[in-house]
Amino acid sequence: MPAIWIASARVIDPAAARDARGDLFIRDGQFVASLSAAEKKRAKKMDARGLVACPGLVDIHVHFREPGQTHKETIATGSQAAAAGGFTSVVCMPNTAPVADNAGTIQFINDAAERGAVVHVYPTGCITVGMKGTALAPIGSLKRAGVVAITDDGDCVQSNELMRRALEYAKMFDLPIMDHCQDASMTVGAVMNEGAMSTRLGLRGWPHAAEDIIVARNVILSESTGAHVHLQHITSRFSVDIIRRAKARGARVTAEATPHHLAFTDDALAGYDTNFKMNPPLRTEADRRALIAGLGDGTLDIIATDHAPHTSDEKDREFDYAPNGVLGLETALAVTLDVLVRKNKFKLATVIDLMTRKPAQLLKLPAGTLAPGAVADVCMFDPDVKWRYDAKAGFSKSANSPWHGLTLTGCVKATIVAGRIVYADGKISS
Amino acid sequence: MPWNRRHLLTLEELSLDEIRLIHATAAAFKQDLRREGRRVSALVGKTVVNLFLEPSTRTRLAFEMAAKRLRADVISFDAASSSTTKGETLRDTAENIRALGADMIVLRHAAAGSPLYLSRILDIPIINAGDGAHEHPTQGLLDTFTMQEHLGSLNGRKVVILGDILFSRVARSNIHALNKLGAAVTVVGPATLVPPWLTTLGVTVSHDLRGALADAEVVMLLRIQHERQTTTMFPSLGEYTGMFGLNRARASWLSPKAIIMHPGPINRGVEIDSELADGARSVILEQVTNGIAVRMAVLHLCAGGRPETVEAARS
Repeated sequence: MPAIWIASARVIDPAAARDARGDLFIRDGQFVASLSAAEKKRAKKMDARGLVACPGLVDIHVHFREPGQTHKETIATGSQAAAAGGFTSVVCMPNTAPVADNAGTIQFINDAAERGAVVHVYPTGCITVGMKGTALAPIGSLKRAGVVAITDDGDCVQSNELMRRALEYAKMFDLPIMDHCQDASMTVGAVMNEGAMSTRLGLRGWPHAAEDIIVARNVILSESTGAHVHLQHITSRFSVDIIRRAKARGARVTAEATPHHLAFTDDALAGYDTNFKMNPPLRTEADRRALIAGLGDGTLDIIATDHAPHTSDEKDREFDYAPNGVLGLETALAVTLDVLVRKNKFKLATVIDLMTRKPAQLLKLPAGTLAPGAVADVCMFDPDVKWRYDAKAGFSKSANSPWHGLTLTGCVKATIVAGRIVYADGKISS
Repeated sequence: MPWNRRHLLTLEELSLDEIRLIHATAAAFKQDLRREGRRVSALVGKTVVNLFLEPSTRTRLAFEMAAKRLRADVISFDAASSSTTKGETLRDTAENIRALGADMIVLRHAAAGSPLYLSRILDIPIINAGDGAHEHPTQGLLDTFTMQEHLGSLNGRKVVILGDILFSRVARSNIHALNKLGAAVTVVGPATLVPPWLTTLGVTVSHDLRGALADAEVVMLLRIQHERQTTTMFPSLGEYTGMFGLNRARASWLSPKAIIMHPGPINRGVEIDSELADGARSVILEQVTNGIAVRMAVLHLCAGGRPETVEAARS
């Protein structure tokens, strides 16, 4: 593996408060402070003028559908979509088929990642057996098998008692619990945000209160047990407020927002386009603004995509019957730059922090820094170039993106994983 | 004005002129029906398929009669006999019907937005005969047509829609048509079925039956769909009737000339007492009859037929 010399980039490393023009050096899969003159001669030199070089992006919320739903995505294709989007570490949700509620399935995922993934893939395990919400999964065995968190993502644990015990038990292993906050009794048959738009469209509404109630429940249980609860894909302004006040008290809660909830509102559903159907649903402009404010003041800790592939056949249905979920990995950086940097005046380094150091820190992943000695994961992107996103031509096996056909600003040019260039010039090199 | 639409998907998207044009064309067809006369139809030799993937009696029969009066060949089938029960997608079902030579599809479907979805797939006219809780455009057209027969212009008229608004496609289509025709619409019912954000549709929301009915010139009752609602929406049919059922005492609050409407099917003794449903102010069966003329107008126009001008309809 040749050494790499990234020359004349705008180097942004939030972990070191670095944002300056400079060079990056990689040898043997790690960052190094410099290369000798001889090494420089032999190194692969990448001219990075006009580009930003930052730590490889980290997404702690993706669905790679393996095992069991490989017609939608595989760990290999999902990891390629990640690399094309500048991501070098991803955390897979356990709602596969079968669900990842046992060490054997975790081993299967790790093996598949070893064989076919071009980025670092970390598994999560279920909180409950079969993700059915009735009995604790073997959390200790899951931890030993290598999960970085446990979650019943997609099927929020409804029993407060079971959730409490899961937190107590997982805390013993210092394992965060990630929760998809949804009171199921309030969302039967719901397919979009409840409000003016659902009334107009005649679709069953998903009230924000169903999220707020579980967010509050989780805050209370986190404070009473001392366990770390991570609140997934927050969408409601009331939830943002609950989290803000919990954090002010010092509660061990963290929270994420997705690019689609930052970019769109339920107005996008006017044409019943199933590529805007996801769970939790798009909400109102006031909610969208609250998410942006929450990221601005640290109430919300990170950006995560909830990359959720479904085939065109599955999405090509009546709105009520189409599955929830949208792609996110290949568009996340451009969309987030647009919403937060261009439209809301966030500093570029702040946004990169939300997508690198902070998510890595949240799950203690060895990522999110350019410090010498660290694993050499790099994302190189041109923040100003415009490109047209064609989801059908993307690296994901599916094409269910709400950004399909749109012109985005900010494009990933190269992705380096552990010192190896895995994506450059629009191509994956494996 | 000309008619430029191939489909009838919603009343929300129609202009006032388009609604008037359908009404005028329906009036002309209604005259023909009375005189047993027949005007030249755009549907002679064409095949209309009634694709009803949700149960319906009145709407399906009315569409069938309308199409037959226009001398179309009509094929109707419902969910129970269709391949959708074998897992066939709506796209495949529709493309097969098209391949069999259908010239027009009338769609009833439980999922909101499915007529729009179908209109993007097929190149033949799609008529929405009710999609989930979204719209039921021909019902809104026949209801406003019936109101106009009794009241003349609806501009400034006070219309009350009473009952389950949240799950009602009839309410939505009526609201859109009535707003365009200038009526002042109030929706009334239990707060669980009449949420506050209905005001965004341009109506007044009320839970005070007496205040809402006072001087109203039209009261439209909606069926309480107790088979579809969980027990959380209201305590019991008995309590609903006690709070919101229309009876003789409450009907006395209406304007003396007010008409009572219901799209059917009626739950007698629940949302309305039989003596009112069958009484002199009830226009419930007129609605059904007008449903044929209105649907003839819609089928005729969407098939490319000549529109009737308002003047011609009046002469």
